[in-house]
Amino acid sequence: MSSNTLEVSMYRYNPEQDKFPYMKKYSIEKPARDIMVLDLLHLLKESDDSISYRRSCREGVCGSDGMNINGKNGLACITPISSVIKKDKIELRPLPGLPVIRDLVVDMTQFYAQYEKIKPFLQNDTTAPEQERLQSPEDRAKLDGLYECILCACCSTSCPSFWWNPDKFVGPAALLQAYRFLADTRDLETQNRLEELSDPFSVYRCHGIMNCVSACPKSLNPNKAIGEIKSMLLSNKKQVITSDGVR
Amino acid sequence: MNNSNLAKDIKTIEFDALIIGGGGSGMRTSLELAKSGLKTAVVSKVFPTRSHTVSAQGGITCAIGSADPDDDWRWHMYDTVKGADFIGDQDAIEYLCSEGPKAVFELEHMGLPFSRFENGRIYQRPFGGQSKDYGKGGQAARTCAAADRTGHALLHTLYQNNIKEGTNFLNEWFAVDIVKNSKNEVTGVIAFSIEYGELAYLKSQATVMATGGAGRIYASTTNALINTGDGLAMALRAGFPAQDMEMWQFHPTGIYGAGSLVTEGCRGEGGYLVNKDGERFMERYAPNVKDLAGRDVVARSMVLEILEGRGCGENKDHIFLKLDHLGADVLNAKLPGICELSKTFAHVDPIYEPIPVVPTCHYMMGGTPTNIHGQAFNRVNNVDSIVPGLFAAGEAACVSVHGANRLGGNSLLDLVVFGRATGMHIQQELKSGGGVESATKDDIEASLQRLNHLNESSSGYETAPVKKELQECMQNYFGVFRRGEFMEKGLKELDEIREKVNNLHLKDKSNAFNTSRVEAIELQNLFEVAEATAIAAFSRNESRGAHARDDFPERDDDNWLCHSLYDPISKTISKRDVNFSPSQVEAFPPVVRTY
Repeated sequence: MSSNTLEVSMYRYNPEQDKFPYMKKYSIEKPARDIMVLDLLHLLKESDDSISYRRSCREGVCGSDGMNINGKNGLACITPISSVIKKDKIELRPLPGLPVIRDLVVDMTQFYAQYEKIKPFLQNDTTAPEQERLQSPEDRAKLDGLYECILCACCSTSCPSFWWNPDKFVGPAALLQAYRFLADTRDLETQNRLEELSDPFSVYRCHGIMNCVSACPKSLNPNKAIGEIKSMLLSNKKQVITSDGVR
Repeated sequence: MNNSNLAKDIKTIEFDALIIGGGGSGMRTSLELAKSGLKTAVVSKVFPTRSHTVSAQGGITCAIGSADPDDDWRWHMYDTVKGADFIGDQDAIEYLCSEGPKAVFELEHMGLPFSRFENGRIYQRPFGGQSKDYGKGGQAARTCAAADRTGHALLHTLYQNNIKEGTNFLNEWFAVDIVKNSKNEVTGVIAFSIEYGELAYLKSQATVMATGGAGRIYASTTNALINTGDGLAMALRAGFPAQDMEMWQFHPTGIYGAGSLVTEGCRGEGGYLVNKDGERFMERYAPNVKDLAGRDVVARSMVLEILEGRGCGENKDHIFLKLDHLGADVLNAKLPGICELSKTFAHVDPIYEPIPVVPTCHYMMGGTPTNIHGQAFNRVNNVDSIVPGLFAAGEAACVSVHGANRLGGNSLLDLVVFGRATGMHIQQELKSGGGVESATKDDIEASLQRLNHLNESSSGYETAPVKKELQECMQNYFGVFRRGEFMEKGLKELDEIREKVNNLHLKDKSNAFNTSRVEAIELQNLFEVAEATAIAAFSRNESRGAHARDDFPERDDDNWLCHSLYDPISKTISKRDVNFSPSQVEAFPPVVRTY
């Protein structure tokens, strides 16, 4: 094969036509300039319009186009092909561990269910002031690295614990958001939030292998957030024992 | 769905209120309705947090009096009226600016992680076109921000609170066309599930178009790939008008080549534009406020610099945005998203190098005309006549608060203020017994026609090349500068493209996540919006705000201090009066607009 050709191997599956998924090979001329994997998909779709994938903002903030690119989860729109080509080849697969709807499109129901489970909204039943609730810049800084999550699922679908127990282990993405609300000085439900996470599965299935950190396209650190939750759970447990008078 | 679908075969799902679009305005509307007990659903073609609101960066402009305790919503109103080049409706602008603080504080109470000042209040930064004391008190800092990710923070906060309130979401459902009854009232939409191809008539007493903009009519745009004007196009196909469609904002700073937005907040924080000689050229065009003039003014100045040979780069076809003098600390704290985007898409680190930028299509000031309650109206015998059942909010609507040019930070405010107002009005209307009569099987059948025609196609044109043709045509003839003779050529080309758009060939007829079907329908939607834009631009024989005519370089208040109203049936433009009757303040009369 000449070095001017790029070979793309893509996971294909259309439930109405295919009994089993298969890998389809496409050969295209190497683009003159470096392009993103999403641009590559657009090029391929121009010649084979049956290819299906999600996309929206094309600049890495909407989280639509998470996929597995040469074995690593990432966003197609901000992954330059130069950074992933191996021997003139690129392999594209759907995010691992979730049911495939078609081609590169996965069913994210389970992922969203975990997100909803952690009650991802500010809880504060005190009467709101006429203006904003005050928060110091230092307290606000505690949310940095947490609120920026785009729910692309690159982290949770790279996590073996989530593959095994997607219904019981909350997963790195939703745990990052759980901590975002635990860390928010305006939220008053810390105790209940911790209690809802205190079973053996929700948090403790994380064994700190850090796949989530290496997969996150926004350079966030779910592993660190999970560590913070674990510390809070531990000190919370001590408190409960103390208040019961049991040492 | 089948290739040919009959009304009797498809299922009807009934709601009290239906919101098409899960961006900022749609989810603010739904939030209001979810609390009311009305059966409400949001129909979104993408999971809601993938909506384009997520890309908004710099902030939400509002006189909350944080940066300056003396700030006044009336000053914000003055700036907005002036920014709009005096064809924004003053009753609506008054509502936007005076209700704004309430809507922003609500967002904070919902949990939006705003950046903060030392005293704990919401951080505000300067943006273009902002002043104190009605233009006499110097630059104001009125844009509330969550770093440079305000849209992301706002959209996620709204989604989170909709989860809290238990809103119904029909995610990855695509609305195709409006269903009308014999009285020309709107009774819902035809829609299908993208995931499985299930087709349904979504019946509703109130249908809100919250479908955002349509920047994808141009080849170069900051807009997401999903911004295809679906709601506006549905309304146009149903025979309802569009207002001020010639008014498209070109944002001064889209990343050269990629089109991604670089927030005006960069210039608000002290960045500025330079030409190839390193000259800060905005000092010549807007001596007082320089780089923080209105977006239309800055975009035109940049194009003139390029046309006169002072552009940057090998081909002298772009401008540099200089930020390095602000230092790494400021950039990392205030503009972290921009640093990330520049590295990814322009291959420069703004801490050390300027960002190559070029004016890029950004925002549709026009849209479905509505009043401040979100009610869409038609023109009957030169009088506004409410269309029962049809509402619009956000970028899809034209209230009109942005007139001929929107000020930075006013779009997020528009979303929450009018999303909220629309929700409140629908609640009131339905609870007091308002609503619309049911549609018949024939009515539903009529709305299935376009989809059936596409599904039945066995030959015709491919979507992707026709879309490119449309985008090139709009870019070439209806861009930053416009001229009658060129636009005439463009209109002729559009006639040819219309033929192709009506005869697309859908090769893939499958039902599971068929993006080819979605893209074909989106192209037809883009075309409706493009045609309205072209005809309106050709009609307005003056230069005002974002609409700059080479052949009519002056503003003409005698003939054009008015809205343009496009009638999709006759494809003609009529004039509609601008509202100069705010209720709490004196109207601001038109004056020469300088910065």
